[in-house]
Amino acid sequence: MQRTTMDLWVGVFVITGIIALMILSLKVGNLNVYNPAQSYVITGNFENIGGLKIRAPVKSAGVVVGRVTNIQFSTETYDAVVSMSMDGQFEFPKDTFASILTSGLLGEQYIGLAAGGDEAKLKEGDKIMKTNSAMVLEELIGRFLFNKAAEDDSF
Amino acid sequence: MLKQIISGIQNIGHRAIESVWRLGVASRFFILVLLKSGTSLRRFDLVIRELYFTGVLSLIIIVVSGLFVGMVLGLQGYETLQKYGSESAVGTLVALSLVRELGPVVAALLFASRAGSAITAEIGLMKATEQLAAMGMMAVDPIARVVAPRFWAGVISMPFLAAMFSVMGVFGGYLVTVLFIGVDEGSYWSQMQSAVDFRFDILNGFIKSCFFGVAVTAIAVFEGYDAPPTAEGVSGATTRTVVTSSLVILGLDFILTAFMFRGVS
Repeated sequence: MQRTTMDLWVGVFVITGIIALMILSLKVGNLNVYNPAQSYVITGNFENIGGLKIRAPVKSAGVVVGRVTNIQFSTETYDAVVSMSMDGQFEFPKDTFASILTSGLLGEQYIGLAAGGDEAKLKEGDKIMKTNSAMVLEELIGRFLFNKAAEDDSF
Repeated sequence: MLKQIISGIQNIGHRAIESVWRLGVASRFFILVLLKSGTSLRRFDLVIRELYFTGVLSLIIIVVSGLFVGMVLGLQGYETLQKYGSESAVGTLVALSLVRELGPVVAALLFASRAGSAITAEIGLMKATEQLAAMGMMAVDPIARVVAPRFWAGVISMPFLAAMFSVMGVFGGYLVTVLFIGVDEGSYWSQMQSAVDFRFDILNGFIKSCFFGVAVTAIAVFEGYDAPPTAEGVSGATTRTVVTSSLVILGLDFILTAFMFRGVS
């Protein structure tokens, strides 16, 4: 087949296109951080999830170790069941403590994991027993006012 | 008076039936192009020649407009976000709006007016000068030889062009906000990387641009093939290509966005 300069330019075009796609996925999308191929799913029941959304990060010590994949309401226990897909390279003890936290004052909500001391590790389909609900501003203010009133009465 | 009203109504009905007719012909033509594209995939040098005209020559306009769109997004986003003290989120704003919407849509609009109109004019003029009929006489199928390579070249080059548009836009936003205004470089990239998801944002944008590529080139080759074989007919067909494909891109974008991004976040 005869080679022409046109072929060269088309080759340059295709290479630039592929490079652009790679930049998008690696530099902009940060693909290498989290590989869903080797992951395990765990669940946790929360009394109140506040503004937690699907795809919110699961962090431990500030490092993203997984993502929230599903949020459902359980009619047996009347609380929220949150499924988390965890990165396979991070294992956590059975007695890990999960709490819903907020990044910054107005930031998004995420699940923070604090590792416990158990020898056994969490596996696919396991359930986190120790959970802490999201902070709800109204409850917080209510509790503060209640405490304040109790203090005033004692005087 | 009554006669005029009746002829007016007849005119509307005629136009409606005519457009449904054309849609049917266009669908049949689209299937025909897909069925006969085996030849163009076997003789890939035909597609490479068209890739040069549709892809490589559209590169300059895509890259330059991507850069400027990103710069404007960065500037406007910064102006609004700095009122709330969250100017570090400007990277997220630029990247998400480019990757999800502006990259595929604006690149497809530019592609329709740059390459789609050229395809229509070329095929229409080939028809007007009876080159297509001559090919048929020589037992060369004009759909397999002329239409299918142009169609596949457009479908292949569209996702690449959209990706380049997005990358240049992100770079333009970086240029304006980080280098000129002085937003922190680390927070520009890290906030962007934590907000943009590969499967959800980038893959969906890629799928969108593939759909737009098919739509734009299918419209362009059909309008060219269907053009009345006169100078006036070719010019009308070229105009129709740009108008119809722009409308189809925007409508399709709404439908695809509704499918991809609804109810997830």
